[in-house]
Amino acid sequence: MNWRITPASSSSIKLLSLPLIELRQSRYFYFSLENLLVVCVRGKRMVSGLINENPTVYERKERRVRTDSTNTDEFSVEPIDQLEIFDILFFDFAIVNIHHIRDIRDPEHPYSLEQLKVLTEDSVEVDDHKSYVRVTFTPTVEHCSMATIIGLSVRVKLMRSLPPRYKIDIRVAPGSHATEAALNKQLNDKERVAAALENPNLVEMVDECLSPSFE
Amino acid sequence: MDLMEKNLELIEVQKLEGHTDRVWNAAWNPVSPILASCSGDNSVRIWEQSSLSRSWSCKTVLEETHTRTVRSCSWSPSGKLLATASFDGTTAIWEDLGDEFECISTLEGHENEVKSVSWNASGSYLATCSRDKSVWIWEVLGGNEYDCASVLNGHTQDVKMVLWHPTLDVLFSCSYDNTIKVWWSEDDDGDYQCVQTLDESTNGHSSTVWAISFNAAGDKMVTCSDDLTLKIWGADISMMHSGEGYAPWTHLCTLSGYHDRTIFSTHWSSDDIIASGAGDDAIGLFVDSKQHDPVNGPSYNLLLKKEKAHEMDINSVQWSPSKESRLLASASDDGMVKIWQLETTP
Repeated sequence: MNWRITPASSSSIKLLSLPLIELRQSRYFYFSLENLLVVCVRGKRMVSGLINENPTVYERKERRVRTDSTNTDEFSVEPIDQLEIFDILFFDFAIVNIHHIRDIRDPEHPYSLEQLKVLTEDSVEVDDHKSYVRVTFTPTVEHCSMATIIGLSVRVKLMRSLPPRYKIDIRVAPGSHATEAALNKQLNDKERVAAALENPNLVEMVDECLSPSFE
Repeated sequence: MDLMEKNLELIEVQKLEGHTDRVWNAAWNPVSPILASCSGDNSVRIWEQSSLSRSWSCKTVLEETHTRTVRSCSWSPSGKLLATASFDGTTAIWEDLGDEFECISTLEGHENEVKSVSWNASGSYLATCSRDKSVWIWEVLGGNEYDCASVLNGHTQDVKMVLWHPTLDVLFSCSYDNTIKVWWSEDDDGDYQCVQTLDESTNGHSSTVWAISFNAAGDKMVTCSDDLTLKIWGADISMMHSGEGYAPWTHLCTLSGYHDRTIFSTHWSSDDIIASGAGDDAIGLFVDSKQHDPVNGPSYNLLLKKEKAHEMDINSVQWSPSKESRLLASASDDGMVKIWQLETTP
């Protein structure tokens, strides 16, 4: 089992130490933050309400090396394939899915989506010719309320990495989530996503998920 | 004049560049050769056609008012006022003063993003809708005053678009809850109620309904949806004009298989051509097949499909009200507004 232990990043502490009242009153808070993991009580002892206390952590795969070195033309455009999207999502993506915090000085335990098998190689369907990609992810537990953030983060990561011609569909693996249809619908409603990404608090959370906090 | 018999093509007349983010909506001024477009860059651009060169250029940019995406814009029937709906929760009313536009009023009240705004036929009412699931009716009073006349609840999810009927004071709204609702005030006392809901059980859509459009006569409407179909509906509105009470809308026809991504916009031209704009970057044009089938009702044929009309999703398609030429405006995620002409090729 590969564990990666890093000091808690300062920006995530900033997020968690926001007074709870402020979080609840934020009008633009699109996803219910009450379900978010930590309840701050007057800066003293933090009571953690974890969604998944003991995730199953899998081994990380070795980074695959492209063996085709026949194309030496720097300016040629190669079609985007499953491997490239896999690289975009797996190795650049360090989602901090679970914060296990007893008090503010404890280190975090960030796991990557790959280690939690939220995303696997089979998760990605891509057709470069049609400029289409579909990513299917499996939340660790059926009632995972982080699923919306994960889905949104996957979309943002792909939007930032792929050419604008790409059509992106994100969905949860069939049967893996209690409100699967509702979740899929909102993750793929362009207007809702656009409005959510205008919310600076949410963008911060997404950026937090996407920033590689360990290396 | 049967359109299906001719060789028709949608020719790109001009590409209007300037917005720095996706363009959500385009609206033609009903009386002058002016086009308004609104965008994720928080601004509204007014494009005017030069009478000499016939080309379009950006006359003015309305900015520094909305603090978030401007999602839709709509001209009043007189063509003097422009209403703009924004994700910042407000609807701004702008007056065209000739050289510039002035924001004369701001309508507040919705709890979150306003998605759409619509003027009724006489310009005496405005309607707005929001992610807060409500539809608001505003009364246009004199002296730049607007008063909230009614807050209509009923939709169970975000309301995507509102549209007044072209001749009657009947309001239509479509939503993320997959339904279309019809709102009417029977006694004309301003007390609007939901008199009909078009949902899956009445042959309605199976996913988010994004837009509504009426034909010129107002006895037919087209709706488009995330379920990849367009649906045509009809009603006996002469009954309503003669005061015999509410005439319900019934499903007439479903157009499917023409787009493989969400259809975001549809517009019915005054000479009976239905345009659709979708997430597959294509514009579809449809006409009545004129086959009088007593059992199955009217049917519609694809006149043409313009693939790759834009480089990204098309958010809005609007026919120009001008009778002279068949001009179509399209707005896209690629930040462009394009003007097209439907022409017969020799």
